[in-house]
Amino acid sequence: MNELFSKIKIFYEKHKLISFGIGLALLLAIPALFPKSYIMGIIDRILLYALLAGGLNVINGYSSQFCIGYAAFYCIGAYTEAIMSLRLNFNFWILLPISGIFAATAGLLVCLPTLKLKGKYLSIVTLGFSEIIRLIALNWSGLTGGPMGLKGIPVPNFFGIKIKSSISYYYIFLGLVIIFLFATSRVIKSKIGRAWLSIREDELAARSLGVETSKYKALNFMYGAFWAGVAGAAYAPYTRYIDSTFFTLDEGFNILSMVIIGGMGTLIGPVAGSIVVNLLTELLRPISEYRMVAYAILIIVMMWLRPQGLFGASNSILSGGKIKKKEERRKKKEVVV
Amino acid sequence: MSALLEAKQVSKHFGGLKAVDSVDMTINKGDIFGIIGPNGAGKTTFFNMCSGIYPITSGEIWLDGENITNMHSEVIARKGMARTFQNIQLFKYMSVLENVKIGFHINTKTRLWDSILHSSTYKKDEKLAEEKGLEILERVGLTEFKDTMAGNLSYGVQRRVEIARALALNPKILLIDEPAAGMNPNETKALMEFIKKLNKDGYTIAVIEHDMKFVMNTCNRILVLSFGKKICEGNPEHVKSDKEVNEAYFGKGILVREAGL
Repeated sequence: MNELFSKIKIFYEKHKLISFGIGLALLLAIPALFPKSYIMGIIDRILLYALLAGGLNVINGYSSQFCIGYAAFYCIGAYTEAIMSLRLNFNFWILLPISGIFAATAGLLVCLPTLKLKGKYLSIVTLGFSEIIRLIALNWSGLTGGPMGLKGIPVPNFFGIKIKSSISYYYIFLGLVIIFLFATSRVIKSKIGRAWLSIREDELAARSLGVETSKYKALNFMYGAFWAGVAGAAYAPYTRYIDSTFFTLDEGFNILSMVIIGGMGTLIGPVAGSIVVNLLTELLRPISEYRMVAYAILIIVMMWLRPQGLFGASNSILSGGKIKKKEERRKKKEVVV
Repeated sequence: MSALLEAKQVSKHFGGLKAVDSVDMTINKGDIFGIIGPNGAGKTTFFNMCSGIYPITSGEIWLDGENITNMHSEVIARKGMARTFQNIQLFKYMSVLENVKIGFHINTKTRLWDSILHSSTYKKDEKLAEEKGLEILERVGLTEFKDTMAGNLSYGVQRRVEIARALALNPKILLIDEPAAGMNPNETKALMEFIKKLNKDGYTIAVIEHDMKFVMNTCNRILVLSFGKKICEGNPEHVKSDKEVNEAYFGKGILVREAGL
């Protein structure tokens, strides 16, 4: 297995464009392999949550602001899309970025008064914010439909073709995930990404090097919230019906568990987390609500064995503060031999 | 000689404790300025006040003709002051080169869109960070460690990485907090040469240090603090012969008759 992986890696590094092309072709071909809408539905969920978990990972993984109430931004995005398309007949494609911007603005509003808060204190604020947003969605009947929710959200058009089937949504979600991964991978490698990482690693040092930590924390929060808004906007016409029960704290924890299981601070981690958790959800359907116990056990075991998550780098501040000296250890062994 | 960093009657009180009490200091361009004093004299507190980490109780701090009193440390860093820390504050899980690249933060201006679209600003900034970063590592003698994770390096090398990172800011003045702490004599000697070389390259340096040999041999002017008060300022010879300094370090001599023996 390892040999196969290393061969794939070498091939990838040599022919980046070709391997991206192959990967994309495989992804595009998936609907042909699974024509059943049940399986496509699961794959759609996986992609949707990959986007959400990826966005949360930008906040939690790259700048270590621990956001729990991520469902709030998801909720804002979904309601923005639903209300604007129902009332104002806005086009779905325009509403995607608009919803993202609404969610990002909300992110800024949460972030500004809490810039001085760290760790669990910030987490509790985001938790409260999530509940506030859910309660507004539940009680502002005039705008959000209250407990009745919003029904009959218009389906998007793609050059005159109505997008209804789970296969066509597959392409929308896939496109969004690819755009997200592309944009984020570039941001992470730039000055902005380095500033985020420096805040995660050592805020005091970052400030003494001239990194405006407040500005970059706010930017980080807004960037993460933006993608939740986009995911929400894509989700609303997919279900065609939303109400406040979709965006509870549990949803936030669900997304968080994907990030933790997959690996914080890596791009591929949240995608893997989404796959694992969503497949587990399907497999454990027979035991219904007991599957929550399974999640909890999974998270506890993960924290025990691999605190950095499935794909998390072992050489990271997120892996429990240990610095692994693999090479040195190997060298020592060689000397002994 | 013009004053680069000036402290005018600065004080810092933590509740009733006067950690730094009405200290005056002038660092001129081109100096290697030493700050010494017994443990708990307020040296690091004084540095933290200069670099904006602690707010000042009273007094003023001027950097290159500009009042920087109570500015945030990130603003002060932009004005041209870089510092290192007593207990090394490296980004331990990043490579040495990445550490230095973060030092270029204030000298680059990539925005979110630039980085996503790989605009010319982004390309220029990345090129600058990469090339200048390698150049600084070369100068500091860390090229061989450029891809090593900073946390894996030995103590002495980590100190140098911290200085390299500070140099990336292209500062007017460099504050170095206890660089020789925990180093063996050979490492200290190398560090001494290194700091002298930096000074020759045109950097003004302020350094806190306990190692007297180090301070007396590198610094051209020295400030002595004791219990938050300035007790002496001048060149090494002057400081060595100062009575108060000797008293602060070795205690007062007691005459036999006075002691009643």
